[in-house]
Amino acid sequence: MQSLGDLDDLYREIILDHHRSPRNSDPLTGPDVEVEAVNPFCGDEVKVQLKAADSTLEAISVTGHGCSISQSSASLMGEVVKGRSLDGALKVRRLFQGLMKGDDLSEGDLKQLGDLEALQGVRKYPVRIKCALLGWSALEDALKKLQKR
Amino acid sequence: MNRNRRRDAYDVMKVREDFPVLARKVNGHPLVYLDNAATSQKPRQVIAALVDYYERYNANVHRGVHTLSIEATDAYEDARAKVQRLINAPVPESVIWTRNTSESINLVAYAYARRRLKAGDEIVTTVMEHHSDLISWQQIAKEKGVKLRFIPRTEQGLVDLSSIGDIINERTKLVAVTHMSNVLGTIVPVKEIARLAHDAGAVVLVDGAQTVPHMPVDVQDIDCDFLAFSGHKMLGPTGIGVLYGRPEILESMEPFMYGSDMILEVTYEDAKWNQLPYRFETGTPNIADAIATGIAVDYLTNLGMAAIWQHEQQLTAYALRRFAELETFRVVGPTDPTVRGGTISFTHARIHPHDLGTALDRLGIAIRTGHHCAMPLVKSYGTSAVARASMYLYNHEGEIDRLIDGLKHAEGYFSHAESRRP
Repeated sequence: MQSLGDLDDLYREIILDHHRSPRNSDPLTGPDVEVEAVNPFCGDEVKVQLKAADSTLEAISVTGHGCSISQSSASLMGEVVKGRSLDGALKVRRLFQGLMKGDDLSEGDLKQLGDLEALQGVRKYPVRIKCALLGWSALEDALKKLQKR
Repeated sequence: MNRNRRRDAYDVMKVREDFPVLARKVNGHPLVYLDNAATSQKPRQVIAALVDYYERYNANVHRGVHTLSIEATDAYEDARAKVQRLINAPVPESVIWTRNTSESINLVAYAYARRRLKAGDEIVTTVMEHHSDLISWQQIAKEKGVKLRFIPRTEQGLVDLSSIGDIINERTKLVAVTHMSNVLGTIVPVKEIARLAHDAGAVVLVDGAQTVPHMPVDVQDIDCDFLAFSGHKMLGPTGIGVLYGRPEILESMEPFMYGSDMILEVTYEDAKWNQLPYRFETGTPNIADAIATGIAVDYLTNLGMAAIWQHEQQLTAYALRRFAELETFRVVGPTDPTVRGGTISFTHARIHPHDLGTALDRLGIAIRTGHHCAMPLVKSYGTSAVARASMYLYNHEGEIDRLIDGLKHAEGYFSHAESRRP
């Protein structure tokens, strides 16, 4: 009998929920910085817009189209980094990349990642890791642009 | 055995026994391989030919007087003659070994088009080309001030020839068209297009990557000037391709790359070009893979290209009937099996192709997802990615059933997942 039950590790409820109803998806008016990331192999896209004040991410917009993994990861990313300092957001990015690479994260680090922990299951599907990281590459570029100001 | 089964000579179950990989299980399920438009699987005869060459007569070609070199040269040239017969090329030297279809097209772009076309000339292609048969021409258009024109598609995904008389005209110097879309499965009427192109004085290149493996292709009947295709999509190894060129045109062309084998006589000041086909085969060629491609051609011709095509047409018709049962899936491309091949692209109203692809892989079913190296075409259907199931001579109805069941399963899984929502 064909069964897809083991896909539950990959497609956790919160992932499907964020894919269906992406958070922070309204475009910002007058963003400080805007970066788009595209995966040329599949055509998935994520656009990140940021507004910062006093080195803190005041507002973020995350839009795009693509598979549930790329889009939910980007949506969750927006929720987790919103309100953090620029350095803090970059740290979350490093932690998330570590999570995807299979690093053993400390309890404290996992806590920092919050709901992003739901994407752990992607590790078992190496070809999908680049989907999960798509929005993060846009975020990193955007943060670095902000820091250069 | 079921005696009522069609008494075709074509026995797909027997064919399958020749393909070791088809016995494999993937994620606990027997493999259903439906990514043949990307690359085909290889029969044991082809794999054995590679081993045989390396174990018994590995040597460089065209130079040695020793036994191994003579054997290798004979086998290499035999393979060329087999390809010649497969596509009914007039002479063996009109068959040039390349790395793949892309390189074959680039050879024409560099050694023919770039040297002859000038500002004001026009190149005609279709809106359903693989990037390989698009980007070369775009670049020449930019460099030379050549205009690139497109034969459009109809709503149904066929080429639209209604304004062809305007698109192909006296300024047209090259018409480069695919024989079958690698996304839509559409068969392009290349013979008719070639006639119109020749009437206008243009040369014609056909991208045969998706047809030479599947159906009888006769370059003299189509009357094309160039035909490009790859070994690895027709049971052969990767790293070997073919460019057929009309002998008079090839004869008039300068080399594409310089080095050994392509010269006749060299002084410190100058060199004379070698005869065909060696003028275009610089350096030690891909001997083993050319020989194995010859064995792949033997395999295809033993089954018969017409029989293979008939098998695939029947399977395509069956698959399209099964797809029609699925209300939430949409086939992207023509749904009339008589105007298309067995490459079926599709989308789902809500589930992204990658998620479908991952779900099917869990069930042992290999399909491809993405833009399939035809970004502008896929975009013209209002999406950036489609799922694609593509068949070959070893696929059968039971596997189409597995695909359809798998899609239903995936849909159920993701719909159920939606209802899991808090």
